[in-house]
Amino acid sequence: MKRSRVITTALVFALGAGVVAFAPLPGASVKPANRRFRVEASSFKYAPATIKANVGDHVTIDLVSTDVVHGLYVDGYDVSVTADPGRTASLSFVANRAGMFRLRCSVTCGAMHPFMLGKLHVGRNDLLWRALALALLAGLVGVSLAPMRGVRT
Amino acid sequence: MTAPGLGVSKRLVATTPAGMGSPSGRQGRAELPQLPSAPSTESRLDLLRWPLLRAVLRSRWPQLLVRVAALAGFLVAVLAGLLGTPVGNHNFGIVLVWIAWWTIMMLVALPFFGRGWCSICPIPVPGEWLQHGALLNPRRDGMGFRRAWPARLKNIWLQNGAFSGVAVCSAVVLTQPRITAVVLLAFLFVAIGTSLIYERRAFCRYLCPVGGFIGLYSQLAPVAIRVKNKATCAAHTDKSCYRGSADGAGCPWLLYPGALTKNTYCGMCMECVRTCPYDNIAVTLRPFGADLRSPAGRRLDEAFKGFIMLGAAMVYSAVMLGPWGDLKMAAYDIGSARWFAYALGVLVFINGVLPGLFLGAVSAGRALVASTQPVKRSFVSFAYALVPLGLMAWIAFSLSFVFASISYLWPTMSDPFGLGWDLFGTAHASWQPYLTRSVPTMQAIVLVGGFAWSAVTAHRIAAEEHEQRMALRQAAPVIAYCFLITVCLMGLLIA
Ligand code: SF4
Ligand SMILES: [Cu+2]
Repeated sequence: MKRSRVITTALVFALGAGVVAFAPLPGASVKPANRRFRVEASSFKYAPATIKANVGDHVTIDLVSTDVVHGLYVDGYDVSVTADPGRTASLSFVANRAGMFRLRCSVTCGAMHPFMLGKLHVGRNDLLWRALALALLAGLVGVSLAPMRGVRT
Repeated sequence: MTAPGLGVSKRLVATTPAGMGSPSGRQGRAELPQLPSAPSTESRLDLLRWPLLRAVLRSRWPQLLVRVAALAGFLVAVLAGLLGTPVGNHNFGIVLVWIAWWTIMMLVALPFFGRGWCSICPIPVPGEWLQHGALLNPRRDGMGFRRAWPARLKNIWLQNGAFSGVAVCSAVVLTQPRITAVVLLAFLFVAIGTSLIYERRAFCRYLCPVGGFIGLYSQLAPVAIRVKNKATCAAHTDKSCYRGSADGAGCPWLLYPGALTKNTYCGMCMECVRTCPYDNIAVTLRPFGADLRSPAGRRLDEAFKGFIMLGAAMVYSAVMLGPWGDLKMAAYDIGSARWFAYALGVLVFINGVLPGLFLGAVSAGRALVASTQPVKRSFVSFAYALVPLGLMAWIAFSLSFVFASISYLWPTMSDPFGLGWDLFGTAHASWQPYLTRSVPTMQAIVLVGGFAWSAVTAHRIAAEEHEQRMALRQAAPVIAYCFLITVCLMGLLIA
C-alpha cells in the first residue's frame, strides 16, 4: 500500500475507533425506582448470584447469611455490608453508574472466600458492546495495515 | 555458504574489520583464531552495548544474589504455608506466591521479559549448585549422572500434562496453604532429582509446568538473546556456548545459540554471554511478538500448549471470577464425583473442544484457498496465532484477580507466620479492592488488543504461503475463531 493511503486509512480507522469508544449512546428512559433485593449468602455463593437494576434506581440489598458470617462489597460503588448468620443486614445506594459490577464477599469465610462472587448489572453494559465493536475494528485495521513481512526474530 | 569449519573463516578473515569478530579481549586468550565478524548491517539494539548492564549480566554475582534472595523467599513461602494460618487469604505463603508473584509474573515479567523469570527462579538453583559443584563458577566435576534426557520425551507433552493436572486442582492449590507448600516443595525436589540424574536444566526444559507457559508466551517478549553473526558461530568449532568452557557451563537449556530463532526454550541465564570467546552474543531489543514471524520450529506440542493455556484462562475466569457457586464447589471438592465431572469437562474442553473447533476453522480456510500444505502443518502453524490472545486473556483475568486481592498482602507481609508480629505496621490492614471502576475498562482494552494482535498474526502466518489477499481469505476462519474466543472472554470478564 502507498504511504499516503496507509496514513489516510489509519486516520479513518482512528476516527472510527474514537466514535465507537466515546460517542454518547441514547440512554434508556426508564424512570428510577426503588429496588429491593434479598440476597442469601452461603459458602461460597450468593443467591441470586446476579441482580439487575436500572440507572438511577435506589437499590437496597438485604443480605442474609445461612451459615457463617459473610459480607458483600459492591465493585465500582465501594460500599459493603456484613451479615451474621441468621441476621439480615442491609445496604443501600443509588445505582448511578451503568455496567457490570462484581459483588464480593468481604469477610473471610473459608477457603474459597476470595472467589465468592456475584454480579450487579446496572442498565445497559456499554463497555461490553463498545469493546466488541472496537475489537472488530481493531482486527480490521490490523489485517489491512500491518506489514506482512520484514522483521527478523 | 554456511558450512562450519575454519576454512570458511580463513577466507573471510581478510574482510574482517579490525576489532570485530575477534576474541573478546580477555587476557590469556590470544591464541583464539580470528573468525568472521559481525556484519555492519546489524541494526538491532544490543543491550549489552550499555557497559553497566553488560557488567551486571556478565558477572555471576548479581544473578547469584537475586537467586539467593528468591530462594529465601521461596523457603519463607513454604514455611509460611506449612506453619502459618490454614486460611488461604491470610497466609503469607499463598499471598506471596499466588497474588504477589503472580501479579509481577503476569503483568510485568512475562510480557516484557519473557523467560526473564527463569534466570532468577529459585526452583532449579539447589540442583544446579550440586550439578555444577559450585555456587558461582561452574566446575566440570560436579555431582550427578549427567544422563541425556530420553529422546522420546524431548518435547513439552509432559509439561502440558503437568499443567493440565495442576490446573484441574487449582481451586485447592490456590486456597490451601499446606497444599501450596507441598506443591512448591515437590517442584524443588523433583528439580533437584532431575538435576542429579539428567544433564543441565532438564527439569526446566521438559518438566516444569510454569516454564511451559512462560516459554510459550516468551515468544512475544521484546527482548531476546541471539548471536550477532551466525557465520562466526558456524566457523567456531569449539562451540563453547553449547559445550561449556573454563568461562562457564554449556547452555543449561541445551540450546545452541547460533541456531536460535525463538525465545521459547532460552532461559536467559546469560551463560553464553559469559562463555562465547568472540563476544558474539547480543541481548536484543525487538518488536513485541517477533518470534511468531518465524515459521521455523513450530510443533504440535507447543500448539497444544497454546490451546491449554487459552482454555485454562477461560476456565479460571469462569470458576474464579464467575458467579456460579456450584462450579466453584465442584472445582474445590477434589476427589468427589462432581470434581471428576468438572476435571473431565475441563480436560475435554481445553484438549478437545478448543483444538477441535480450531481444526474446523483451519480446514475451512484451507478449503477457501485450496491449500496444498498438509493439514497438520496448517493446524500447527495457525495455532501460533492464538499466542497473543492467550497472553492477553491471562493478563485480563489477572487484572481482576490481582486488584481485588492484592490488599491481602499488607497484613500477611507484616505477620508472615501468624505469630502476632507487625513488621511493617500493616498487620491489621483490612481488605480493600483497588480500581474496581477502571479494571473492566482495562480488561476490555487488553482483550481488544489481544484479538487484533492474533488476527494480524493469523494473517501473517497465512501470508507465508500465499499473497496478501489469498492469505486473508485463508486466515479469515481462524480470525473468526479468535473473535469467538474474545467474545467468550469478554462475556466471562466484563459482561
Ligand atoms: S555463540 Fe557459541 S558458536 Fe557462536 S561464536 Fe560464541 S561460542 Fe562460538
Ligand atoms: Cu463469604
